Amino acid sequence: MSLEASSDRPRRRDLLDQREYVGIEEISGPIVALRGIHDVGYNELVEVIDGTGRVRLGMTLEVSSGAAVVQVFEGTSGLKLGSTRVRFRGEPLRMAVSPEVLGRVFDGLGRPIDGGPDPIGEPSDVNGLPINPTAREYPRQFIQTGISAIDGMNTLVRGQKLPIFSGSGLPHMQLVAQVSRQARIVSEDSGFAVVFAGMGIKHDEAMYYIRNFEESGAMERAAVFLSLADAPSVERLITPRVALTVAEYLATEMGMHVLVIMTDMTNYCEALREISTEREEIPSRKGYPGYLYSDLASLYERSGIIKDRPGSITQMPVLTMPNDDISHPVPDLSGFITEGQIVLERDLSQRGIYPPIAGLPSLSRLMTDGIGEGMTREDHAHLASQLFAAYAHVKDIRALASVIGEEELAPVDHTYLKFGDVFENDFLSQSFDENRSIEQTLDLGWKAVSVLPREELHRITEEELKKYYRK
Amino acid sequence: MAERVIGKVGRVVGPVVEAREVAGVEMLEMVFVGDERLVGEVVRIRNDAAWIQVYEDTTGLRPGTPVYGKGEPLSVELGPGLIGGIYDGVQRPLDVLRAQSGDFISKGIHVTALDRERRWEFEPVAEAGSEVFPGQIIGHVRETELIEHRIMVPPRMGGTLVDIAPPGEYVLEDVIGHLKGDGGERELKLYQKWPVRVGRPYKTRRPHTVPLITGQRVLDTLFPVARGGVVVVPGGFGTGKTMVQHALAKWCDADLVVYIGCGERGNEMTEVLLDFPKLIDPRTGRYLMERTILIANTSNMPVAAREASIYTGITLAEYYRDMGYHVAVMADSTSRWAEALRELSGRLEEMPADEGFPAYLPTRLAEFYERAGSVEALSGADGSITTIGAVSPPGGDFSEPVTQHTKRFVRAFWALDKQLANARHYPSVSWLASYSEYTDDVTEWWDETTKGEWKDLRSSIISIMQREARLERVVKLVGADVLPDSQRLILETAKIFKNAFLQQNAFDEVDAFCVAEKQYRMLKIIVRFYDLALEAIKKGGTLVGVKKLGVMRDIMQMKFEYANEDAGKLEELEKKLEESINEFGSIFG
Ligand SMILES: Nc1ncnc2c1ncn2[C@@H]1O[C@H](COP(=O)(O)OP(=O)(O)O)[C@@H](O)[C@H]1O
Ligand SMILES: [Mg+2]
Repeated sequence: MSLEASSDRPRRRDLLDQREYVGIEEISGPIVALRGIHDVGYNELVEVIDGTGRVRLGMTLEVSSGAAVVQVFEGTSGLKLGSTRVRFRGEPLRMAVSPEVLGRVFDGLGRPIDGGPDPIGEPSDVNGLPINPTAREYPRQFIQTGISAIDGMNTLVRGQKLPIFSGSGLPHMQLVAQVSRQARIVSEDSGFAVVFAGMGIKHDEAMYYIRNFEESGAMERAAVFLSLADAPSVERLITPRVALTVAEYLATEMGMHVLVIMTDMTNYCEALREISTEREEIPSRKGYPGYLYSDLASLYERSGIIKDRPGSITQMPVLTMPNDDISHPVPDLSGFITEGQIVLERDLSQRGIYPPIAGLPSLSRLMTDGIGEGMTREDHAHLASQLFAAYAHVKDIRALASVIGEEELAPVDHTYLKFGDVFENDFLSQSFDENRSIEQTLDLGWKAVSVLPREELHRITEEELKKYYRK
Repeated sequence: MAERVIGKVGRVVGPVVEAREVAGVEMLEMVFVGDERLVGEVVRIRNDAAWIQVYEDTTGLRPGTPVYGKGEPLSVELGPGLIGGIYDGVQRPLDVLRAQSGDFISKGIHVTALDRERRWEFEPVAEAGSEVFPGQIIGHVRETELIEHRIMVPPRMGGTLVDIAPPGEYVLEDVIGHLKGDGGERELKLYQKWPVRVGRPYKTRRPHTVPLITGQRVLDTLFPVARGGVVVVPGGFGTGKTMVQHALAKWCDADLVVYIGCGERGNEMTEVLLDFPKLIDPRTGRYLMERTILIANTSNMPVAAREASIYTGITLAEYYRDMGYHVAVMADSTSRWAEALRELSGRLEEMPADEGFPAYLPTRLAEFYERAGSVEALSGADGSITTIGAVSPPGGDFSEPVTQHTKRFVRAFWALDKQLANARHYPSVSWLASYSEYTDDVTEWWDETTKGEWKDLRSSIISIMQREARLERVVKLVGADVLPDSQRLILETAKIFKNAFLQQNAFDEVDAFCVAEKQYRMLKIIVRFYDLALEAIKKGGTLVGVKKLGVMRDIMQMKFEYANEDAGKLEELEKKLEESINEFGSIFG
């Protein structure tokens, strides 16, 4: 698979599109402007050829009669106004997809970097098309990740987009690796094909994931796309699109269940901001363009299940919150689009708790339909709700204790502190290779709430209490 | 004016196209752009250039290709067949699109909004030869079991009804009558068209008197909205805006619901499509889909069509209002609409005001919310539109422009609170930050329904919640242990009110919605609890003793244990409460 950069296949393209222009008018950051060309299409593929003959790919950002503004994915360094040559391809950026992509590693634009051959296949527009809402199947199949904080309280379902909001230095890599290793549908006992898009991440981090996929045997069902930190930043704008195009192919055409990991979305957004600033667009918050929401949606919404088709796309994007600030535009706008978020918390991590999944701001919006009798267990929803409520109270009590001292707390509040400890140490904490069944997770949840007196458990029914409380 | 070439594509920047060599085009005219004939609308004309916002993806669009004018403004089709439908922002039926282009939405597909083949049973009610006025109802069509579709003379038209079709089955394009007026003779059909950006006319505005019962206790009891009112629901992500909107769409007592998914998730629309055809409206015993129209322009669909979607939605609502129905419109989320406006404005290189939004943002918001209201329609019938708009403030910060401007034009504010949502207290409507200016308007209705008790019960609980908020500040510094029992009773009552009354799990079979009577009886029990317990404590009883009473668990569970049909039985619980506390108090003389 490679971007259809060679022109050997027959294509609907008129003669004008084969013209090559010499000389460009302006270079500004990753953007070049051209004049005196034929009328080219908006959002179409461009080949920019430098003095050494190297072909760089780009895309039109704006077109008008005889002129175009082009962003060059592979950067503009070394380009000269006079000697640069340009060809317009008369089609959007497309990529060849086929089953051969599995087990392979590609660069951020979809070209193999593992020494293997270019896979051959049907070219698809990397921008994708919006799924018709009437064609969607509502996701409701419980995915067991083996991680209590996720399965018990923020349940992931097949076809969901559930991001990880992390901070620098927090163990999102381990968590993602653990999820991709352990995730399965219990009744089917089948794993996922993994499509991995690394954007602006370091070489070490990329190697960590690849090694993990290899060790767990997931690599043969994985396709990896890497636009590493030292690649030109604009390239990152394409990487997730290429990856999602492959994922869509595997899901809709091959009927596979695909887990897409995209990391780090903050790097992606910064590249978008760079282009926007370069074009002197009016910024909204923190210099990010006003269309960041729509742009992110064009990625995140490429997940889900389509009626009467066997496959699915589950997304787990990863982003780092600058300064651990969840109200920063990147996590904020992501949270408005994704179906929940797993938030990592520095305080928990510093106390040595892994995975440091924050109890309160984390949320899975699709949880309700995927849990309960016949899927997980009948007490699941109420237990989870009770855990959230009680843990919220723990936070209040801890704050109060820090003001008035623990001794001054009412007796019931002491039991809440105890609950907090059991919750964090027994339920939340687990090791990197511990794969808990959903029953184990729920039982640990009951162990924690059983610390509390019965009258405090407003969210649990009498029946459930009889069956599980202090058992 | 018929379709003709009005110019050619000059420049393409995202969803905005600048047409050149333009002649004879009208402002807000609907146009088709390029070889693929993408749908667009003219938003600015200057000399021989026109700026067009395009409702479809412009990838591949080239300068030099033709632009066609349709000769009419962007309009919707209004007629039988709307109900139960799902449309995109410019009223293209998504199910028909799927049948034509598959699971993904491609572009350049032209389909009519309403089915031209379906036959409708028409029943005339006007006489041939009679004088008819604009908006007059001249016939009926049974659109769904719930909604009788009233065929009206289009607004701004009137005169002599030359002839009218006899009862029988007709398709939409059949001529069902002729009207002779000032402008000559015109054909009447089962459907009409109306430009989305113009509000449909009505006779007069009516005062608000009846609440729109939402079935959500925190809203109906604390922050009621009147039929014809306008509300905004602001909240950060995950605070429950969509759940509130869905709950209202399911359970509110409107005749008809127009739900606009504006720039939000695809799966949320799928959920509605999945649930509503199966859910029964408790008031009518019919499927909810029989009173629902969906507009879905999700976040990944073209941004200009998102901008149009709320106008499309409200125009459909006005049409049913004109027939004499009470319509509720939910727009989730108006922030995405405002962002679409901002993006288009940016591409048009307009001067930005606050945070990049155009200076006309408040005007547009006001225009939209003004289209709600309770009216006497042209037909003489009473109808209303209640509009509930969600707002998604960046970072959950309500000081941002969309929340602030919207606040100026709405009279009820249902503020969703992050802390409450984090503790999974749903609906996470803050009882401190929310307000409703409709309370006085609907008090009479409530008092009639509750033998004059509602107003006082409501003030009692509000006063308890206010005292609790003050006490909480003290508790945060010194703990609750130091407070006397009479004050801790306030904390306890507030806790019961929050857990047993305010919280309402949308997924619970019994409690998902709550009829007015049950709300009132539950409220009464909690207020009675406070009064009785206070008496017992004054006599020397302890709060700990009161809390141990068996009836307390009944109160905590009453929302689950008493179904809406059994609301009357809550009277027994009230008696039991009185007896237990009185018995308890009597120990102390
Ligand atoms: N009334 C409710 N009952 C139960 N759960 C709720 C309720 N309101 C919100 N939630 C929970 O909160 C999540 C987020 O709500 P949602 O309405 O999607 O938020 P928003 O639209 O504000 O982002 C839901 O997925 C659901 O789990
Ligand atoms: Mg929402």
